[in-house]
Parts: sequence; structure tokens; C-alpha cells
Amino acid sequence: MAKKLVSFTLNGRAHDGAAADNTLLLDYLREGLGLTGTKTACDGGECGACTVLVNGEPRLSCLTLVGQVAGKDVETIESQAKGGKLSPVQEGFHLKLGAQCGGCTPGYIMAAEGLLRGNQSPTVGEIRSAMGANICRCTGYVKIIDAVQHAAAVMRGEEPADYPDVPAAQG
Amino acid sequence: MDALPEFQVLHPTTVDEVVAARKEHPHSRMIGGGTDLLVNIRRGIEAPPVLIDTGDLQELKTVEATADSITVGASVRLTELAQHADVQAHYPVIAEAAESIAGPTHRNMGTVGGNICLDTRCIFYNQSEWWRTTNDDCLKTTGSMCHVAPKSDGVCFATFSGDLAPGFLLFDGEIDLIGPDGRRTVALQDFYTGYARQDGSTGDGKNYMAIQPGEMVLRVRGKNTPGLLTAYDKVRIRRSIEYPVAGCAVALKRDGDTLSDLRVAFTGTNPRPVRLDGTEALTGGPLTEETFTALDDLCKDQLMSMKTTFTPGHYRRRVATQMAKRLVQRLFDEGA
Ligand SMILES: Cc1cc2nc3c(=O)[nH]c(=O)nc-3n(C[C@H](O)[C@H](O)[C@H](O)COP(=O)(O)OP(=O)(O)OC[C@H]3O[C@@H](n4cnc5c(N)ncnc54)[C@H](O)[C@@H]3O)c2cc1C
Ligand code: SF4
Repeated sequence: MAKKLVSFTLNGRAHDGAAADNTLLLDYLREGLGLTGTKTACDGGECGACTVLVNGEPRLSCLTLVGQVAGKDVETIESQAKGGKLSPVQEGFHLKLGAQCGGCTPGYIMAAEGLLRGNQSPTVGEIRSAMGANICRCTGYVKIIDAVQHAAAVMRGEEPADYPDVPAAQG
Repeated sequence: MDALPEFQVLHPTTVDEVVAARKEHPHSRMIGGGTDLLVNIRRGIEAPPVLIDTGDLQELKTVEATADSITVGASVRLTELAQHADVQAHYPVIAEAAESIAGPTHRNMGTVGGNICLDTRCIFYNQSEWWRTTNDDCLKTTGSMCHVAPKSDGVCFATFSGDLAPGFLLFDGEIDLIGPDGRRTVALQDFYTGYARQDGSTGDGKNYMAIQPGEMVLRVRGKNTPGLLTAYDKVRIRRSIEYPVAGCAVALKRDGDTLSDLRVAFTGTNPRPVRLDGTEALTGGPLTEETFTALDDLCKDQLMSMKTTFTPGHYRRRVATQMAKRLVQRLFDEGA
């Protein structure tokens, strides 16, 4: 299929490329640009592994066509670590064991990043809701919530603490 | 990189351009957030040659909610609707329904237009291409038989599962459409045609909307009644992200100890969202056991859940009825 030019901001830099209209953002990032940090899993918008930020908001790159992000600001997991240093969210997932097999982790990190930019003191409930579109089959979620709390503390400039046990979800 | 069939995508910036593009490409489909349509395209259910991106039309991105009425543009995202202070204040049922849809990431993408026009769902339909082919495609796609009701003779029972419609139905919602012949307004009640009557005299799970070729939804509106208390409830298998097992919207008014107005609507039960008929007969007196028995009877009569999901139809009907009763009791207590 004929390709068209597409321009958007990718991880802070202007990006001009070419893609056919039926190209998903996910495939464009992974196969077109080699940015394989963003993961493919369920292929149907159910698991959140492909989450990226579009204009700062978490979105599913598996249900987004490249043309839909023209002129917008796209951020992927590759934008997180800078100068050889993990981002606060990555550090949280690393230190608090928020990742096991790691397949869902890039999606979680981007969803957490989206949350923490607007709210650096989220409650456990707010963290749960913000991670609601992501599925993890290893950790049991508690460690993920710890990881986001750790990242929030780092972003607030506080010394991260040990967090008390996360209460069980209601209902 | 050829996961999807070939199609062209147009990105018009005004409604007039959409209408013109629809005229030029009669087999085109509109795409708002794509959270329903792109899944279906990926599963080989549909293969439209042209997609028209209606997700960023500035004209259709406004929400107006006052004590008297609510108007929401088709391109408004669900996150915005859920968090809109005026919607939360005057139409809690709509804000709560929006907040209950899918997960947060989907709500950042999904539009109101896409939700109102959401395709109906069924376990024999929302499957991959190989699954459907292996299991003998049903009549909602290319087959000739309904696997849910093999004796149905051409009628499909796929379930309407959009969460916004019930709330708007409570407020006698209307829908503004535009198409090749200009604008028109349809009562939401008449917009959804999935009565699935066996004689084929109405729409069904396959033809569930009274939308004409080339038309698009511009806005959905509702009229308030002073003193109405409203709320939404929904049961789903996974609480964080899932289509409804059943969803229920209730509006009522309490004057002293009298239930003076009662409106109930459902999604996830029939091939159309159902505004329960006959609830007026339950008003004019106090809320008693008899009121609930009568409500039960109305639900039994009008909810037609079939085995289109992993949960059996009779279970979904009971869940829906129970939610309605709980909401009625809760709102009545709140109105004291
Ligand atoms: C995992 C998952 C869970 C979900 N859970 C729920 C849920 O619990 N409740 C729920 O209601 N939905 C759910 N959804 C579906 C969806 O996210 C929402 O319903 C959303 O609002 C759909 O809007 P959209 O803009 O993404 O639709 P699209 O996919 O863009 O469009 C849907 C349909 O509407 C048509 N359309 C779009 N805009 C217009 C218009 N202006 N005029 C006429 N036709 C139009 C399209 O052509 C298409 O047929 C879920 C989706 C996923 C992937
Ligand atoms: S109700 Fe019957 S015809 Fe409709 S989608 Fe399900 S199996 Fe197919």
C-alpha cells in the first residue's frame, strides 16, 4: 500500500516518517523504527502492554493508527531512562520488584508516568484505577502498586519509604 | 506490517467535510477512538475500504450540562465526560456510566459517538477470524445460522453493551444526525431498533440502529426534570476493565414518602438498550415490597438476555433486576 508522510513528536524529537494508512502505531514503532520496548500481547485492546503516551495521556498503540497521532506528542518506554539513569518510575519497578517476566512492564510504566505527571500523591485507589487497563500475570499487582508509590515519593523529592501492605480491593 | 486489511484513512476537520467524504465513499466507516472498530477490523469481522476519522472534530467536542438539559458532542472523549464537573453535578448517572467504561486508557481514546453506535456483542461474533471460521460463521457475519438461537430464522440476538445509552434514555434522549439529506433528530428510544422480533418486523442484533447510509451522529441530548436523583450501576467479570454483564441506570423522585417518578434503563441485556416500560404504574405511593415485585415483573417481561456472553442469559437478567432494585432503594433513601 502507498505510504504517506506522517510527522509527530516522538520522545521529545520531531519525527518525520512514512507509513501506509492501515499502519498501527504499535507496528510503526516496533517494526518501522525498531522501538521494540512497546510490547504486543493481546492484539485486541485488552491487556495494556502496548500503552504509550499521546499528548501526555496513556493510549493503546495497538488501537491507534499512525495517522491519528499526526502533529501530536508521542512518548514510549524508550523515553524513560536518560543519561544512563533510570526514571523514577523505572527505578520504582526495579527496586520494588514490580516486574517479573517483564512483558507488561513497559505498559505499566507508561500508564504510571501518565498518572504521576498530573498527580504526585496518588492514593492506592487512584493508582489502582490508573492501572485498570493493564494486566499483569506474574506479580499479583501489589508490587506494582508499591513501585508506583516509590516513584511518586521520588518525584515529590522525598526519601522513598517502605509502604505498609496494600489493602485488598473492595467488592 | 500487514496485520490489517488495506484501507485509506481520511482526517477531515469539519462536519461538512465528513458529510462530503461519506457521500464520496459510500462504504466508508467513521472512526472515533477506534476502540471498538479497530478490534473488529483486526479480527477480520469488517474490512471497510475507507475510514473517516471523526475523533478530533472540534465542532463536536463540547459538553453542555445545566440543571435543565445536557448536550454532548460525538467527538467528546469518555474521560472528559466522566470528569466534567457539570455532568457530575446534574447528571451523575451519565458521569458514572462514562467512568465505568472499559479502562482508563480506553476512556482517553473512546468517543461518545462511538459508544452510542457501539457494535452489538456476542461470544460467537467477537472472536478471531480462525475461531469464527472453525465454528461455522454465524449470521451476523457471513453465515446463515444463529448459534445462540439456532431456530431463530434469520434473527440475531447479539447484545447492545454501550454504557452511555441507558442514562440518556432516562432523560428522554435525542440524537442529532447529519447525512446526505441534511440534519434530523431522532428520539434515542427510536434510534435503537434491536427488538429482535421473530417475524423480522423490527431490527435485531445485526441491524440495531436506525441510522441511514452516509449519516453520522453529531450530538446526543437529554432533558432533565427538577428533583430527579440518578445513579448507574454495572456488573462485570473483571471490575477494572470489561463490557457489562449488565448495566442499569435509575432516575427517581421522592416527595415526602411518595415515589413520584421512576425511570429505569438497562444495557447488556437485549440487542438494544432498554428503557423499562410501565414504571409509572409503580409511582404515586410509598416504596414497598409490592413496588419491588412489580419492578421484578417488568424486568422479567422486558429483559431478553440470551446466551451471548459467557454468563447465562437468566443470570444476566437476575443481575440486572437486582441492580435496579438496589439502586431504587438507595436513591429513595438518599431522597429522604
Ligand atoms: C477491552 C475493552 C473493554 C471495553 N469495555 C467497554 C465497556 O465496558 N462499556 C462500553 O460501553 N464500551 C466498552 N468498550 C468499547 C469502547 O471502548 C467504548 O464503547 C468507546 O466509547 C467506543 O468509542 P470509540 O470512539 O472508540 O468507537 P469506534 O471504535 O471509533 O467506533 C465504534 C462504532 O461507532 C461508529 N461511529 C463512531 N463515531 C460515530 C459517529 N459520530 N456517528 C456514527 N457512527 C459513529 C463507528 O463507525 C463504529 O462502528 C471496551 C473496549 C475494549 C477494547
Ligand atoms: S446472536 Fe446468533 S447471529 Fe447474533 S452474533 Fe450471536 S450467534 Fe451470531
